Amino acid sequence: MSVTAFVIVSVIKIVIAILVLLTAVAYTVWLERKVVGHIQNRWGPTRVGPFGLLQPLADGLKFVFKEDLVPPHVYKPLYIVAPMIALIFALTSISVIPVGNWVTVRGFSTPLQITDVNIGLLVILGVTSLGVYGVALAGWSSNSKYSLLGGLRASAQMVSYEVALGLSLVGVLITAGSFSLREIVDAQGGTFWGFIPRWNIFQGQIVAFFIYLTAAYAETNRVPFDLPEAETELVAGYHTEYSSMKFAMFFMAEYANMITVACLASLLFLGGWHGPLFGPPILQAILPVFWFLLRVFIFLFIYIWVRGTLPRFRYDQLMAFGWKFLLPVAIANLVITALIVALKS
Amino acid sequence: MLHLTLFSIFGLICVAGAINLLVQRHPINSALSLVVVMGSLAAEYLLLGAEFVAAIQVIVYAGAVMVLFIFVIMLLNAGEEERTRGSRVAVLFGVPGMLIGSLLVAWVLVEHSGTQAVAPGALPGPPKTIGWLLFHDYLLPFEITSVLVLIAIMGAVVLASPPQSIQQKREG
Repeated sequence: MSVTAFVIVSVIKIVIAILVLLTAVAYTVWLERKVVGHIQNRWGPTRVGPFGLLQPLADGLKFVFKEDLVPPHVYKPLYIVAPMIALIFALTSISVIPVGNWVTVRGFSTPLQITDVNIGLLVILGVTSLGVYGVALAGWSSNSKYSLLGGLRASAQMVSYEVALGLSLVGVLITAGSFSLREIVDAQGGTFWGFIPRWNIFQGQIVAFFIYLTAAYAETNRVPFDLPEAETELVAGYHTEYSSMKFAMFFMAEYANMITVACLASLLFLGGWHGPLFGPPILQAILPVFWFLLRVFIFLFIYIWVRGTLPRFRYDQLMAFGWKFLLPVAIANLVITALIVALKS
Repeated sequence: MLHLTLFSIFGLICVAGAINLLVQRHPINSALSLVVVMGSLAAEYLLLGAEFVAAIQVIVYAGAVMVLFIFVIMLLNAGEEERTRGSRVAVLFGVPGMLIGSLLVAWVLVEHSGTQAVAPGALPGPPKTIGWLLFHDYLLPFEITSVLVLIAIMGAVVLASPPQSIQQKREG
């Protein structure tokens, strides 16, 4: 493929990915409000549009029209930059996430992924590590005790659970033999005995899946690990002093992180886009995307379900759990997986 | 050509970040400039073809070590540096003098050391190669480094723990 064709195709993919991601972020908020509402035996948003489907649009307009207050006591440069950092790194990880097989349109063959680097998983881990800066700097630059405490707690929690997250993924890497997300998914094709799919969760990584799930909840600051933003504890934690669009950016960053984590779990543990394929070629190109989105939706639903059900951890319980339980279990999982793979080959 | 352009751009960003680190008065701005330096170094590693090292540079250095630096600065609430009354003549002659001196030293060293430019892709890039090197050829240094980090962790725990022996002596 020539350079111009490659550039044009990449730009089209980037535009589609960003639009889909931002719409998905908005509608994940809607999904959360509806599901948590039903769990709590009430309707969620129902008035704005059918089933409240236009609620995210109304929320967006509200955020745009609200007064964008910059309190006088904040450290302005970092106060303005911090939500940008959080949102930029939350949106960047979509660039290496594959959603389907290669498609061929009018002779141009392209993977359904913005770019397939051979260290794709490390790129996502690196971008997640850099996202901690948004939270830490927001908490500090707000110059208020609630914000500082919330920011420090949130960033300490994120850094601690990144370790367990990374280690739980190493088992998957050993099984698949590559960092590239496309190759990891391709290694999960086929079935055992004809009907059990060869997903990583059935290939012995079930403990790693649950470690990943728990560490992901802590990474994205969601219940039961959402002490840094609990209203009863710290007013609003690191985003206390933020209003309108900057607050909306933190909000979007949190939901974009949730979606990234859900996509990663689907790719690494649940088989990516593998599923029954049938029908004409155009359907066969779209069906993998549908299976992938189904898995992501199920994962997000579990996220929201847990949010509506569990109470939150106290901060010291949270840190003790991360370092004293999750990390040793992740290391044990790594050792056992490595032993099994080494003895097999 | 593109390679040289990208190298120069990231090199300039790196040097600008380093100079900004020294010039800024507030320590948090210096720490963030250091993060920029780490990031541009990762880009340089990518240009050399060492993609695993670049990713690990971002994850470990920029994403963990510098976060801890920033924690310390935030917790200690170190304010802006105080300015002392320096000498303008020193700055006027000193900074260009330092630049010329260091350029001379660098030029002499490069000319007489027999090194050549590294072609992109000459260094081991894929994680598989690095893993093989780390666990076969360089296993002993790797294990000794991990013992070193363990010693540092133990030292930090001892230094940060409250002085219990004094309290126990007081309580009899």
